[in-house]
Amino acid sequence: MTTVKPRVDVVIVGMGWTGAIMAKQLTDAGLAVVALERGADRDTQPDFAYPKVADELEGSVHRKFLQSLSQETVTIRHNPAEVAVPYRQMGSFKPGTGVGGAGTHWSGCHFRALPEDLKLRTTVEKRYGRRFIPEGMTIADFPVSYEELEPHFDHFEYVCGTSGKAGVINGVIQEGGNPFEGSRKRDYALPPNPNYLGAEKFYVGAHNMGWHPYPIPASNASRPYVNPYGCQMGPCNFCGFCSDYGCINYSKASPNICIIPVLRQRRAFELRANAHVQKINLDAAGKHATGVTYLDAQGREIEQPADLVLLCAFSLYNVHLMLLSGIGTAYDPKTGLGTVGRNYSYQNLNRVTLFFDKSVQANAFIGNGGAGTTMDDLNGNQLDAAKSGFVGGGIIWARQPGAGPVRGISVPRGTPNWGTKWKQAITDSFRHSFYFEVQGACMSYRQNYLSLDPTYKDGFGRPLLRMTFDWNENEIKASQFLVSKAQEMSRTLNPLAMVGDAKKDGSHYDVTQYQSTHTCGGAIMGADPTSSALNRYLQSWDVSNVFAIGANAFPQNNGYNPTGMVGALAYWSAKAIRENYLKNPGPLV
Amino acid sequence: MSIPEDDSSISPSRRRFFQSLSLIPVAAAVGSCDRAGNAPAAAAAEKSYDPRFFTPDEWTFVVAICDRLIPADEVGPGAVDLGVPEFLDRHMQTPYASGAIWYMQGPFLEAAPEFGYQGRLPLREILRVGIAEMDSHCRKAFEGKAFAQLAAAEQESLLEAAQAGSLQFEAISSKLFFAYLLGEVRNGYFADPAYGGNKGMGSWKMIGYPGARADYMDWVTVRDKPYPLPPVDLAGKRG
Repeated sequence: MTTVKPRVDVVIVGMGWTGAIMAKQLTDAGLAVVALERGADRDTQPDFAYPKVADELEGSVHRKFLQSLSQETVTIRHNPAEVAVPYRQMGSFKPGTGVGGAGTHWSGCHFRALPEDLKLRTTVEKRYGRRFIPEGMTIADFPVSYEELEPHFDHFEYVCGTSGKAGVINGVIQEGGNPFEGSRKRDYALPPNPNYLGAEKFYVGAHNMGWHPYPIPASNASRPYVNPYGCQMGPCNFCGFCSDYGCINYSKASPNICIIPVLRQRRAFELRANAHVQKINLDAAGKHATGVTYLDAQGREIEQPADLVLLCAFSLYNVHLMLLSGIGTAYDPKTGLGTVGRNYSYQNLNRVTLFFDKSVQANAFIGNGGAGTTMDDLNGNQLDAAKSGFVGGGIIWARQPGAGPVRGISVPRGTPNWGTKWKQAITDSFRHSFYFEVQGACMSYRQNYLSLDPTYKDGFGRPLLRMTFDWNENEIKASQFLVSKAQEMSRTLNPLAMVGDAKKDGSHYDVTQYQSTHTCGGAIMGADPTSSALNRYLQSWDVSNVFAIGANAFPQNNGYNPTGMVGALAYWSAKAIRENYLKNPGPLV
Repeated sequence: MSIPEDDSSISPSRRRFFQSLSLIPVAAAVGSCDRAGNAPAAAAAEKSYDPRFFTPDEWTFVVAICDRLIPADEVGPGAVDLGVPEFLDRHMQTPYASGAIWYMQGPFLEAAPEFGYQGRLPLREILRVGIAEMDSHCRKAFEGKAFAQLAAAEQESLLEAAQAGSLQFEAISSKLFFAYLLGEVRNGYFADPAYGGNKGMGSWKMIGYPGARADYMDWVTVRDKPYPLPPVDLAGKRG
């Protein structure tokens, strides 16, 4: 027995960043919007209130702010010849759930993509020749330019109170910013946050290397701030419970504090939490979506008819819903045919930890998720791929989102894991060490893709999404190159000891170790409907009243965190819907 | 509970712990402490704890292994002093330890270690099955003695073997058991005192962690002196 709700203009699946952005932009245009969020409703009060957020066992062990894997997860294998097994315990990546989604537990690093990274294939082919791209690497240009996205990057930064220092304004290089960035119309919404020790030392090390360090653009407010929607933020107090945690201070930008307060007051907007969308319903021809079917909190099946269906779930689950609903053709790596599932990519992350003596007050417990120092000297056009031997650059940064002992204390190599020597080592290290990280791009490949698992089911009886992914030689080389540079810089700071290695030759993707939640691709945007699932407005090529907004649209991942790009793409897509689609519903390309 | 009265392998903190639990009245236990006046010991003695998850034999094992993994020493308090066995017993009764956030559906296939634990036991059963395996291994190898009855050096070499996965258990990998047990002992040692371990914020004081203070705006750029404030816990107590 399915209950059918009255038709609405727009139904949104998932209430994280992209869901909130689309709901805001489309209710602005006068549309009636219903948002369905699989998790609970949440807000700063009471869910992220002090002191209960300052609880490492709840936040980092019970993972209170993240998605439970018990009902929904993915299966993973390294290559198409293997049998995939479930991602049973959370490790490598951490999807969120609930209102705000991963936008509540992210860290706040808020980058724009580089202009050249948006036309990566063209850039590489022009500079190094077509044959430089290895066989099986399926990188592509984004079908949208930096110039087209610039106003949307800008707007999203101002919505988030992003704190940073511009490097290039209207073509003029600005002292202290990133001289290699795409030109922007104005500076960030707020000035950078203050530097903790590691971020300060990064400046020293980077100058020793002849690099151009700059503050990581952080959506962790450095000052009191009111965004363009009238939502207020308070300055970050470096509480140290940032990555994995909801913000106690209205400082870390989230859908919950930056956009949803406006939506909650709109009569044209309805938020239904604990509403788990099972599939997108299509008409008999499979060319038009009629709405979605979801389970409410009691498990009752509800149908929500809508003129427009916006997939705004976490990137992996957008792809999952498209595959389950038969939107587009599932990708087959053998033939290279099909579009949904192709070009899954990730992020190439490695850490180097530096240990100092007790005179050095690094205070790892002090933390701000997004803030820190980074550099672009080995990213984008600055990297000479002919010399480095791999495609796609990366950044090195100092970040300190805050650490406590339950989250783990790094110790010098050779330290036992328990007993008196371990106790001595953690006591010596805890306040006197910091780390630098390498965040490398991750290219897409013919064999890295998403599909439906033939065996394992989710808690609702649907096939789990299956991830086929492993490191390729290109990314292993990149890891070795970037980590060696990070180590070289670190040594100029004379630490007592250092730990942290690059990926070794032939090493495989390890799902047990946290690396990054930047899972990208699977339903990519492109210029060609035979090799992409979405057009340049993130509209399905196959079902024109379905849009899939998120990092699923990236043809490959660059060296930056994806949220700034994801937000800009959402505003870009919303603009196309408002200005073109509503006047003439149908394919925009 | 069988505690050998004059086995030299029993550390002072373990002896204190068992005395405080059930062998003698609380007041007498405080008086009989061999390190009388030691604050964590007194705290442990004041509040006895009756395990609800662990059986008496398992409890004896848990106390012994906590004492080996994080011993009381000149660096700081041990796991037993700080109530980690109580933490473990309470934590094993939570939905988390029953697999609430793990995907628990079959089939359960063997896979390379890069794919994580693929078995069907939730955390609490990993510990329970592992404890039985370890004790049974000890009884076979050490003339009927359980793990808790062995000398400290024997216990340590067993833990090293389990950590390396070279102990052959029947029902579970010794490496897996050790990894989860060590993780839980550390959680108990470092988590907020509300969960039963880290009594008096002893571990936080040892490493200089301010706990739940969560407000450091005025200390971000201070370089020339150590952070001065002691920890606070979720209940608002100061360490």
